[in-house]
Amino acid sequence: MNKQRIIVIGNGMVGYKFCEKLIDQDPDRQFAITVFGEEPRPAYDRVNLSKYFAGSTVDDLTMATREWYADHDIELFTGERVEIIDVDNKEIESVTGRRMGYDKLVIATGSSAFVPPIPGVDKKGVFVYRTIEDLDQIIEHGRKVKTAAVVGGGLLGLEAAKALLDLNLKTNVIEYNPRLMPRQVDQAGSDVLQQKIEELGISVLLQKRTDAVLGNGSVEGVAFADGSQLDVEMIVVSAGIRPRDEIARKNNIAVGERGGILVDSHLQTSAPDVYAIGECVVFNNMVYGLIAPGYQMADVVVDNLLGGDKEFQGADMSTKLKLLGVDVGSFGDPFAEGDHIDAVSIRNTVKQTYKKIVVDRETNCLIGGILVGDTSDYGTLLQYTQNQMSLPECLEHLVTPPASGAASSATELPDTASICTCENVTKRQIIDAFEDGQTTVDQIKSCTKAGTGCGGCVPLVTDILNAQIKKSGGEVKTALCACFDHSRVELAERMRTEKVKTYWEALGRFGHGGGCEICKPAVASILASYQNDFILNHQNIQDTNDQFLANIQKNGSYSVVPRVPGGEIRPEQLIAIGQVAKDFDLYTKITGGQRIDLFGARVEQLPLIWQRLRDVGLESGHAYAKSLRTVKSCVGSTWCRFGVQDSVGLAIRIENRYKGLRSPHKLKSAVSGCSRECAEAQSKDFGVIATEKGYNLYVCGNGGMKPRHADLFAEDLDEETLIKYIDRFLMYYIRTADRLTRTSKWLEKFEGGIERLRAIVIDDALGICEELEREMQHQVDTYVCEWSRVLDDPAMRRRFAPFVNSDESDPNIHFQPERGQKKPLVTASSTEVHV
Amino acid sequence: MSQWIKACGIDDIQPNAGGCVKIGEHQIAIFNENRETWYAVQNMCPHKQQFVLSRGLIGKQGDIPKVACPLHKNTFSLQTGEHLGGNCAYHLRTYPIRVVDQEIQICLQDESPSSSATQTTQCETQHAQ
Ligand SMILES: Cc1cc2nc3c(=O)[nH]c(=O)nc-3n(C[C@H](O)[C@H](O)[C@H](O)COP(=O)(O)OP(=O)(O)OC[C@H]3O[C@@H](n4cnc5c(N)ncnc54)[C@H](O)[C@@H]3O)c2cc1C
Ligand code: HEM
Ligand code: SF4
Ligand code: FES
Repeated sequence: MNKQRIIVIGNGMVGYKFCEKLIDQDPDRQFAITVFGEEPRPAYDRVNLSKYFAGSTVDDLTMATREWYADHDIELFTGERVEIIDVDNKEIESVTGRRMGYDKLVIATGSSAFVPPIPGVDKKGVFVYRTIEDLDQIIEHGRKVKTAAVVGGGLLGLEAAKALLDLNLKTNVIEYNPRLMPRQVDQAGSDVLQQKIEELGISVLLQKRTDAVLGNGSVEGVAFADGSQLDVEMIVVSAGIRPRDEIARKNNIAVGERGGILVDSHLQTSAPDVYAIGECVVFNNMVYGLIAPGYQMADVVVDNLLGGDKEFQGADMSTKLKLLGVDVGSFGDPFAEGDHIDAVSIRNTVKQTYKKIVVDRETNCLIGGILVGDTSDYGTLLQYTQNQMSLPECLEHLVTPPASGAASSATELPDTASICTCENVTKRQIIDAFEDGQTTVDQIKSCTKAGTGCGGCVPLVTDILNAQIKKSGGEVKTALCACFDHSRVELAERMRTEKVKTYWEALGRFGHGGGCEICKPAVASILASYQNDFILNHQNIQDTNDQFLANIQKNGSYSVVPRVPGGEIRPEQLIAIGQVAKDFDLYTKITGGQRIDLFGARVEQLPLIWQRLRDVGLESGHAYAKSLRTVKSCVGSTWCRFGVQDSVGLAIRIENRYKGLRSPHKLKSAVSGCSRECAEAQSKDFGVIATEKGYNLYVCGNGGMKPRHADLFAEDLDEETLIKYIDRFLMYYIRTADRLTRTSKWLEKFEGGIERLRAIVIDDALGICEELEREMQHQVDTYVCEWSRVLDDPAMRRRFAPFVNSDESDPNIHFQPERGQKKPLVTASSTEVHV
Repeated sequence: MSQWIKACGIDDIQPNAGGCVKIGEHQIAIFNENRETWYAVQNMCPHKQQFVLSRGLIGKQGDIPKVACPLHKNTFSLQTGEHLGGNCAYHLRTYPIRVVDQEIQICLQDESPSSSATQTTQCETQHAQ
C-alpha cells in the first residue's frame, strides 16, 4: 500500500511536536512525513532560548537530533523555506525549486518579532530576540558596547533585558504603557515588579513612546515622543509578534483581518487537507503566543489525521516570567470586571510581594489572578481557575493561605484537573498510572509524559503521587533509591556501626534488588569515609570519575588536576606541569581554586601523565571526587603588610590533613590572613579568618548556584582547637548529611540550626566528639595518594585503556584549535550538515 | 548474514562492570553480572553521541538489567536497549553475546543502515537521513 504523504512546513517547536506525537500515536506508520524548516538547524527549544546566554549550547537546546528524524524515517530539509503551496494540485515548492506532492499539509510557520516602523530601526545595532542567530548577533555586538535598551516591557522584553544585563551591559527597558507586562499585570503588580527589576540594576522607563532611533549608521540613542532622549549603543526590539502567514497570503489561503492563518476548531484552513498549528494561527480572533496551546493544536491535528474528532477549544494564557530572578505569574483573566466580580489583593511592602485574585461571586469560582515576588501558590491557584473548583469560604485564605492551606491542592483537585498542560495529562491519568504500579515520579513521567514538557508541573505531580501513596497506606520515601529503603544517613549509620566492608555486603544485608547507579557511588563514598581502603578496590561501584581518577569531559576525554595545597607551588612543579601539558597536548587553565587544570587527556594517557607529575611530588587533587577540593589562601602575614597570621601555612596544613576525605558532597575551604578576607573564606564549607589572637572559624558557606555566607562558628581559636573543631564538624557532617547535600543545605535543614551544631561540636552535647575525632584521625593516617597506588600496580595501570581487546586509542575523540590551545570537537549533533 | 566474532576474554572485563571492545569500526560495550550473565550494546550514548557507555555503572531496575551513561545518567535496558526514561528517540542497539571456552563472542548481524550508531566515525551518523 502506498503511504499517504504529510508535509510539515516549519520545523519549530510546534512542528517538531507534531512529528513526535504523530510517530507516537501511529505505530503502523500510515504516513510518510517530510519536514521543511527555514532555519539552518533542526527545531530547538525557543522557550529556553535565553539559556543560550547562560552557557547552554545549540545542542542543549535542540529538541531532537537529525538522527532522531532519520531513525523515524522523517525526511528533514533544513535551511529550505517553502514558497509555494499549489492547493489545486496539492503540491508545494521550496526556495530551491524542489517540488513535492502532499496528501495532507501542516503549516507550522510560527511567528516573527514585530518591529514597529520607527525611523532609524534599520540602523546597525538594532536586534530582535527570536532565533539562535539573533542571539549570536546580540552577543557579538554586546561585546563592543556598554549600554543597551529593550523596546517593550512585556514578558519577552524583560527576558531580553536580563540577557543584556548578563552581558554586562547597562540595560534600560522602555515601555509605552504606564506599566510593565501590561497584558499580564496590573498597576500595583507592575510597581512591585519595577522595584525589583530596578534592584537588579535595570532601569525602567514607562510611558515612553519611542519615536526614532538616533545615530549615524549605528545606534547612538533613541528619541521619545515627549522630546527626551536616551543614549544607548544597542537596541533589542520586543514589541510583540506577528504570525508568519505570508505563505498563506501568497497562495490564497484565508488569513485573519489582523493577520494569522484562519482555522476552524479542527485547525483546518480554508484549503482542503491543509492544517495550520502554532503561533502562525488565528483562532477565534486569538493568536496564541505560548507553547502549551501550540502543543495542544499539534495533538488535535494528529488525532484528526488518525481518524479522531478532537477539537481545539482555545487555550489558557496563564504564564510565568522566568529567568529574571523575579517571580511573576499571571493566570486566567486577572482584569475581569463586572457586577458579581470581586478582587482581593494584598501588597507586602517589606517582602515586596503582590498578590491579587479575581473571583466570580455568582459561580464561586476563581477567574484569574496576579502574583509578583512570590509565585509559590501559582500551581494551586491555576488549578482552581482551570478546574472551576469551588472556593474556600474565606477568600483571604487564598491570598494568604493559613499554614497548611496550599499543600492540600493535590488532594482537593478534581480527577479531571489538567495537571500537565504541555502534554495534557489529568490528575486521573496520574492516579491510574499509580494504581497500575508506577510508584515513582520518574515512572509516572515516562508512562504519562506528565512533566516532560516545560517541567513546571513536576512539583504538583510529586504531591499527587505522594498523596496517593499515603492514601494507600504506603510511606512517602526518603529512600536512597529503589534498592535501599534507608536514607543515606540511616544507611551510613548502619554501615558505620556494623562495620560493613563492601557494597555487596551492604546490598545483601540492608537492600534488595540488583543495585543501581545511585546507591553504588553513595555506598562507595560511605565505605571510603569510614574504612578508607583504596577506592579502586571497589572500582565497579564508583562513578566514572572515581573509576578513572579523573573528570570525564563532554567528548569522553579526561581532565587532570594535581593538588596544589594552599595554592603554593614550586617553580619546578610549575615547569613540569607545563612540560606535561606540552608533551601530551593538553588544554591548560587556572581554576578558581588556585590550581591548574589540564584538559583533553585520553584515558590511556592518564597513568603516563601522572607518572611525570608524581616525579616532581605532585599528588591527586581529587577534583573528580566528592571530597575535599582546595583550601584557598591569601598571601598572609609572610608577605602581606596587613596579615596577622600565616594563612598560607595554615591552608597547607588543612589541605594536607583533609585531602582525599570522601564526603556526601564536595568540600571547599579557605584561609584569610586578616579580616580583609582576600581568600573569600566566608563562601566556603569551612573557612578560617585570622585574628590578632588566633583564628575565627566559619562554617556552611557556599558560592555556586545558591550562595550563602558562612556562619561564624567560633572565635579566636588557637590552631590546635581550630583543627579539632574542623575534625568534628566534618565527621559529623559526613554522618548526618543526605546524599549530594552541601554543608550549606545541610545546615538549613538541620534541626536546631547553628546553635545546636555548636552544642554538638564544641560542647559535645551528644558525647560523640571523641569518636568523631578518632574517625578523622583514621582517615588522616590511612591517606595514600590514589594515583600513586595506581602507578605502582601494573594490573591497575592496564585498566586505563579505551578498549579491552585492542591497544588502539579511541578514534572518536577529536579536538579543534581555539585561542592557541585545543578544545573538544563534538561532532554528531553539533555540526550542521546542510542537505 | 550473521557471524560470531571473538570479542575478548572473560578476564578482560571486571566482574559486575563493563568494558569496550573494538571490532573493525564498531565499538561495543560489554557488561556482566558476576561474569555469569553477559550483555552487549552499542558503546555510543544516543543522548550526546559519545562513546562512553562501557564506563557507566550497571544495575537493575526491577528485573531489568540497565546501564547508566556516565555523562548525564540516562539509563538503558541492557536486554532491549530501551531508554528507561521512556524517550523512544534514544535506543541502544543490542548484540547477541555468548561465552565459549572463556572467550566472549558477539554476533554481528547484517549491518542495517542505522547500525552506523556503533561505528567509530561519528560523522557517518550525521549523513544518515
Ligand atoms: C525568547 C523567547 C521566550 C519564550 N518564552 C516562552 C515561555 O516562557 N512560555 C511559553 O509558553 N512560550 C514562550 N515563548 C513562545 C514560544 O517559543 C512559541 O510559542 C513557540 O516557539 C511557537 O512554536 P511554533 O512552532 O509555532 O513557531 P516557531 O518556533 O517560531 O517555529 C516556526 C518555524 O517555522 C519556520 N518557517 C517559517 N516559515 C517557513 C516556511 N515558509 N518554510 C519553512 N519553514 C518556515 C521558521 O523559521 C521557524 O523555525 C518564547 C519565545 C521566545 C522567542
Ligand atoms: C531522561 C532524560 C534526561 C536526563 C536524566 C538528563 C540529565 C542531564 C544531566 C544530569 C545533565 C548534566 C549537567 C552537568 O553535569 O553539567 C544533562 C546535561 C544536558 N542535557 Fe540532559 N537529560 C535528559 C534528557 C535530555 C534531552 C532529551 C536533551 C536534549 C534533547 C538533553 C540535553 C542536555 C544537554 C545538551 C546537556 C548539556 C551537556 C553538556 O554540556 O555536556 N537532555 N542532562
Ligand atoms: S586577607 Fe589580609 S593578610 Fe590576606 S592578603 Fe588580604 S589583606 Fe593580606
Ligand atoms: S551522553 Fe549519555 S546521557 Fe548524555
